[in-house]
Amino acid sequence: MKLKYFSAPYLVWMVIFIVVPLLMIVYFAFTTDDGTLTIKYISDVGQYANIFVRSIWLSLIATAVCLVIAYPVAFILSRMDKHKQGTMLMIVMLPMWMNFLLRTYAWMTILGNNGIINHILNLVGLDSVKLINTSGAVVLGMVYNYLPFMILPLYSVMEKIDKSLFEASADLGCNSVSTLIRVVIPLSAPGITSGITMVFVPAISTFIISRMLGGGSNLLIGDLIEMQFLGNAYNPHLGASISLVLMVIILVIMTVMNQFDPDEQVLM
Amino acid sequence: MKKLSLILSAFMIAFSMMSCSSGTVENTDDEEEEVSVQTLNVSDPEYYTKFKDKGISINVYNWGEYISTGADEGTLDVNAEFEKLTGIKVNYTNYATNEELYAKLKGGGASYDVIIPSDYMISKMINEKLVQPLDMENIPNFRYIMDNFRNQAYDPTNDYSVPYTWGTVGIIYDTTMVDIPEDEIDWDLLWNEDYADQILMFDNPRDAFAIAEIMSGYSLNTENPEELENASRKLTQQKKIVQGYVMDEVFDKMGAGDALIAPYYAGDALTILAENEDLNFVIPKSSTNLFIDAMCIPTSARQKEAGEMYINFMCEPDIAFANIDYICYSTPHQVAFDMLDEEVRESKISYPDSQFIADKTEVFVNLSEEASLKMQNLWTEMKSAEDETTNKWLVPIFLIFCVLLMIFVLIRRHIKAKKDIF
Repeated sequence: MKLKYFSAPYLVWMVIFIVVPLLMIVYFAFTTDDGTLTIKYISDVGQYANIFVRSIWLSLIATAVCLVIAYPVAFILSRMDKHKQGTMLMIVMLPMWMNFLLRTYAWMTILGNNGIINHILNLVGLDSVKLINTSGAVVLGMVYNYLPFMILPLYSVMEKIDKSLFEASADLGCNSVSTLIRVVIPLSAPGITSGITMVFVPAISTFIISRMLGGGSNLLIGDLIEMQFLGNAYNPHLGASISLVLMVIILVIMTVMNQFDPDEQVLM
Repeated sequence: MKKLSLILSAFMIAFSMMSCSSGTVENTDDEEEEVSVQTLNVSDPEYYTKFKDKGISINVYNWGEYISTGADEGTLDVNAEFEKLTGIKVNYTNYATNEELYAKLKGGGASYDVIIPSDYMISKMINEKLVQPLDMENIPNFRYIMDNFRNQAYDPTNDYSVPYTWGTVGIIYDTTMVDIPEDEIDWDLLWNEDYADQILMFDNPRDAFAIAEIMSGYSLNTENPEELENASRKLTQQKKIVQGYVMDEVFDKMGAGDALIAPYYAGDALTILAENEDLNFVIPKSSTNLFIDAMCIPTSARQKEAGEMYINFMCEPDIAFANIDYICYSTPHQVAFDMLDEEVRESKISYPDSQFIADKTEVFVNLSEEASLKMQNLWTEMKSAEDETTNKWLVPIFLIFCVLLMIFVLIRRHIKAKKDIF
């Protein structure tokens, strides 16, 4: 029972820096400058529906790509020798030691019209391709930046799968495909759900990636919110409303995700 | 599993805070300034001794890189000089956008004694009584400010602000690829389809609309919804040949030759021109936006008189010269202007002739809330409008995906419920 008291500092922290700001967002979303209640700003969010759809769409693609890339990587990682695993994990983590902005910035020079890729293409006699300022570049930026968040949870779940389970499955007549479907995927489901959460949520609210790689014409929700607080639009009430709607959308998506993994609560 | 997720999410939060933090705090210490090369001449040394040894400090809030810091050999550390002269401690902090400054003042969390907002923000702050009238008795050096920059539309009687720097908006272009003679270049270059995909555009509605408004012959401060819509239509026409909407990225993209044409501010253009000698900067002859950053004192200031002393100090010829020499924008200060090299004074980029300034330029004032909302909405609409092919399929595909997901969930639950019977 006494252990409970050790959580007090975090509880205080949570109330001051998580609960209160959330309430402030709700308050701002439903009031005007002079404090009267209104749903004007919430209904104004409707006109940005296509930006919402695009953000969800692009971050879903990025999440799917991350999953496809990360799943085999995590599996191979988890089957390696213990000491090799440490090194490989470090390599996965390595890009995260660098500043997020710098990593995205580097992609600008790689994808640019006179960037490295187009330079090489020109050298071998091919025409330049338009890479930067497209939605593909935005997805690439998301995948690059959030891939480790997919690999790590998958790896930590798969690492716990006992090798003997594969042997048993082979003994019972499963080939490698049905082992994958009947053994590996069900056992790694918690990792999949938390990996998806950890990639999807930051991807949907990012703004710097779309600004740097999308050339400003691929607006995402994050850009929209940023414009309301630090940009010329300056309208904290609308900004708070957009954030609120975004939170609800994420909540709904996460509830759906939870259905895949009834035994374990998904971290939100 | 849960534990790892928790650790990771903590990591992510810390991480996102790291990447989002902005605004730097610089405390100026005069310890390093022991060996001052120049001796400073001020017009009235007596005036500055008023607050000596009273232990007063003032909070100055300015744009980043917008004051001479003495970092380069032989330049003045302006804040340190002020502290030495007056005994008033200067707490100097930076902001990146006018809106950031506005949010800070509006929120009331911090008290500043001197701020340096831009024209339209000053008129907004005057309207909302966030800045207070200055006592010009305490700022005798206001006499040095050129007539061209007094009593501008944002502060018609010049009660609230003392101009600090100014500049114009023009076009940077690559002379090797754009074969149009310099004196024929005008804003329509940004709409020229020969340079499709090589054109950059401002990533903020006010500056972008201003260009479209000039081309249509409207005022830069128009609040007429129809004119705003026409301007937005003009920007939509341009969108298909625009490579990207950028602000500070102009430095890299133009410097590296990734784009050929971009509109930008004169002061920054000089920095870019120094980087790539193929580039040239032209102020379109039809008309342009004149922007002025001016010093103000917020209503919430604690040390108004010391703040006025600081503003007066910034207008000392030597100080104004040191600042302008460092930040490369244009000065409204007559004596500082005369002190500049002849080459700079005659530069068409920094100092277009005063007749042009008087006749062909317009300063932003704050737009009414409806007009700025209208502009904002048109802007997001323009930027988020996509090619028709993608637009048509985006929503249906997304809906189908959602439906499939729900069906999958339901089937799964059904199967599970069946299994649980046994």
